[in-house]
Amino acid sequence: MLSVIWVAFLALALLCGAVTGRLDAVTAAVGTGASEAVTLAISIAGLMCFWSGVMEVIRASGLAEKLSHALTPLLRPLFGKAANDREAMELVSANVTANLLGLSNAATPLGLRAVDRLYTLAGRRGSPDTVLTLITLNTASIQIIPSTVAAVRASCGAAAPFDIMPAVWGASVASVAVVLLSARILRPLFPDEK
Amino acid sequence: MLQSAFIPMLLAAVGLYALYKGVDVFPTFLRGAKSGLKTAVELLPTMVGMLTVVYMLRASGAIDLAAAALAPLLNLLGIPKECTALTLLKPISGGGGLALGSEIMQRCGPDSYAGRVAAVMLGSSETSFYTISVYSGHLGLNRLRYAVFAALCADLTAFAVSAAMVRLYFPYM
Repeated sequence: MLSVIWVAFLALALLCGAVTGRLDAVTAAVGTGASEAVTLAISIAGLMCFWSGVMEVIRASGLAEKLSHALTPLLRPLFGKAANDREAMELVSANVTANLLGLSNAATPLGLRAVDRLYTLAGRRGSPDTVLTLITLNTASIQIIPSTVAAVRASCGAAAPFDIMPAVWGASVASVAVVLLSARILRPLFPDEK
Repeated sequence: MLQSAFIPMLLAAVGLYALYKGVDVFPTFLRGAKSGLKTAVELLPTMVGMLTVVYMLRASGAIDLAAAALAPLLNLLGIPKECTALTLLKPISGGGGLALGSEIMQRCGPDSYAGRVAAVMLGSSETSFYTISVYSGHLGLNRLRYAVFAALCADLTAFAVSAAMVRLYFPYM
């Protein structure tokens, strides 16, 4: 999928460049783009390392687990009967917590184990609502500290790289609310085949 | 004041709590930082591939073309025209979104209206199509029912609210 898109972009750059007569600029962009990418990746590496270290301390101190326990009652109503399954809810909470803390490397494996369990509870057929709820929740997750974006802002010389946090929280909460609400509204329009 | 104290306070609180819990803090920090370095190193080739294409698309005029085509719709949602292409790229590719967002922040300035909206958009949305394909591929789901539509609604909301929140928190004019 990504390969097709990437090649389509290359073709689009050629086409548009030819039509607008800017092929020289497109050619020059290959060099500047590649070298800018290295500068950017190196300049954000420091802050990425630092937050990853802090998150490991949060995990090791048991704070992540506490957060996960605190979230379980909030998540329960979203999963109907599956909420009674302890293993499923533990995995769901751990997945949501990892997303909240921005531990993307941990979030996906936990999320996959969680949907696996939810799928098993639903009899492993069709596309059950509990599974789709967790999948769509993962397409709109909230991150408390948007560290990668803050790192990019810092590398561009922002006065206060983290000052966007309240705005990020507001937009994330709104998107989570919309994903849950729209899924709920659309449910009867797209019945599951049994 | 309270806002500028948030990060230093969080860091000190996490450190103190971890010490209190008997965590050997610095080696633990180093272990995490090492895995962060691995992520950063793996990000470098992605950024080279994506940022180069973004620069090429920018130079060819394709990004401005997309912005012009979508301007009426995004105007309605209050999304600045500089961020138009980002609304198309971010749901598909995380690396591509980060590359384009960085380019916007660099070109318009990180503290400009468009630069801030781009940052908030990146921070508040996920790579929806990628996420759905990973999860549904793992289970072998045949039908996704409402999942894609709901995810797109959420992305659009994240983008529109990002712009609104930036206008609310950082009055530019």
